[in-house]
Amino acid sequence: MKNFVILGAGTAGTTVANMLRKKLPSDWSLKIIDPDTEHLFQPDLIFIPFEMQTPEKTIRPRKNTLGKGIEWIQRQVQQVDTDNNQVILDGDEKVSYDLLVIATGSHIHPEETPGLLGEEWQKSIFDFYTLEGSIAMRDALKKFTGGRVVVNTVEMPIKCPVAPLEITFLAESFFTNKGIRDNVELTYVTPLDGAFTKPIASKALGGILDDRGIKVEAEFNAGEVDVDRKVLLSYDEREIPFDMLITIPTHMGAQFIGDSGLGDDLAFIPTHRHSLIANNHDNIFVLGDATDLPTSKAGSVAHFQAEVVVDNVLHLIRGESPKAVFDGHANCFIESGYGRAMLIDFNYEQEPLPGVYPLPTVGPFPLLKESKFNHWGKLMFRHVYWHALLPGHPIPVPNQMSMVGKKRPDKLAADA
Amino acid sequence: MPVVEYAGETIEVNDEGFLVDSNQWTPTVAEAIAKEVGIDELTDQHWKVITFCREDAAKQGTPPGLRRISKNSGVNMKDLYQLFPKGPGKLAAKVSGLPKPQGCI
Repeated sequence: MKNFVILGAGTAGTTVANMLRKKLPSDWSLKIIDPDTEHLFQPDLIFIPFEMQTPEKTIRPRKNTLGKGIEWIQRQVQQVDTDNNQVILDGDEKVSYDLLVIATGSHIHPEETPGLLGEEWQKSIFDFYTLEGSIAMRDALKKFTGGRVVVNTVEMPIKCPVAPLEITFLAESFFTNKGIRDNVELTYVTPLDGAFTKPIASKALGGILDDRGIKVEAEFNAGEVDVDRKVLLSYDEREIPFDMLITIPTHMGAQFIGDSGLGDDLAFIPTHRHSLIANNHDNIFVLGDATDLPTSKAGSVAHFQAEVVVDNVLHLIRGESPKAVFDGHANCFIESGYGRAMLIDFNYEQEPLPGVYPLPTVGPFPLLKESKFNHWGKLMFRHVYWHALLPGHPIPVPNQMSMVGKKRPDKLAADA
Repeated sequence: MPVVEYAGETIEVNDEGFLVDSNQWTPTVAEAIAKEVGIDELTDQHWKVITFCREDAAKQGTPPGLRRISKNSGVNMKDLYQLFPKGPGKLAAKVSGLPKPQGCI
């Protein structure tokens, strides 16, 4: 018997397991290791603070998400011993593998920034990358009557790089609907040199923050929070006072990745950008947020990568070389408030372009532009996630990014 | 795309002055860009940062972030701000002939 072992039962790991369970030869066992009993639909975390979704609806029992033939080991991974092809669990129990998939995601580390985790944590400082964080923010917003609200990304990379923009837009819309917008000063604080950094997106969307009266503080590398004065401080000694700080803390890969010597300085795993095989370990695949790849850490990416990993696993098992190719494809809705959203579709080489998606002319989803359709698309995706994506069913979206329906910049210039 | 002349070489840059092709970069080009952004002389400390940024970007496909530079180049955060004032991540990338650090949109 040979052993196929997956670490992490989030979007990436669960999808791979469910896709593979009927395709693995009968002399292979399929195990997935994850200590958590619940599966969280992370895209809904931005809605909870504004009561646009309830916490109960964002989680389902993990056992219901894993199909027949998958053995779920509900334990914490301590280390991967690559010399002996073994996963070491808490309590020193060992699980051998012939092929290993690492899909343990990325998590926030507020303790990396002095002051974040102090006495103001979840009182006036909130994250929205955990269920507890989103709920605490919701409760604080219920009582909020006005003041300085600051949204800060501590450093890149982060999971869902558009989430800081989404939380800002949703907050602005929320304060307006609540009738307190005039009492709120909203500031978007980023280590990058603007809210939009790609030339075409900047041109298309650059004015949107200004139009909504949202201030932008760019190239701000947050060094610490002065809790007593409620001030966010940068390394170059700029100060931003706040009444409510919405922080996107430093993100890192799982602890065991660092402990096993598999990761970079943020415990993300150096991974081949097209085959998704770990550099230096040809029997380990890495996908989802756990990689160091220069694409977004996002559910759509995990899904596109899952298809590539499954193909390449089957090639390897048949004694062939890996053939499937990941192109960095990502596809993300961006909530922009007031019942509208934008959509972006891009890969390693191609920055987001305007146009329509997925079909030419008819779309129905406009790219790089606000639309009610996109907001409905985002809400509808909840259903697709639980009933099609996670169970590993085919989804009618091309794996590799397509230029169909997109307008190239040279074409745009010619049209202008 | 605009072009600039650095040390007799014609080099393609984008609207913000970042090299379009990082293979066109040479140490002489770095010195010329540095002068333009207000760094009069590239010291050994600057070169430590530039060398790390170029090596890391060749492996990663993207310019390194500030944390990565401060942890791996041998130059700490405080010194980075003195060497490349205001925006060390962006300036170090520019002098190293790399694209600026970007988000996804």
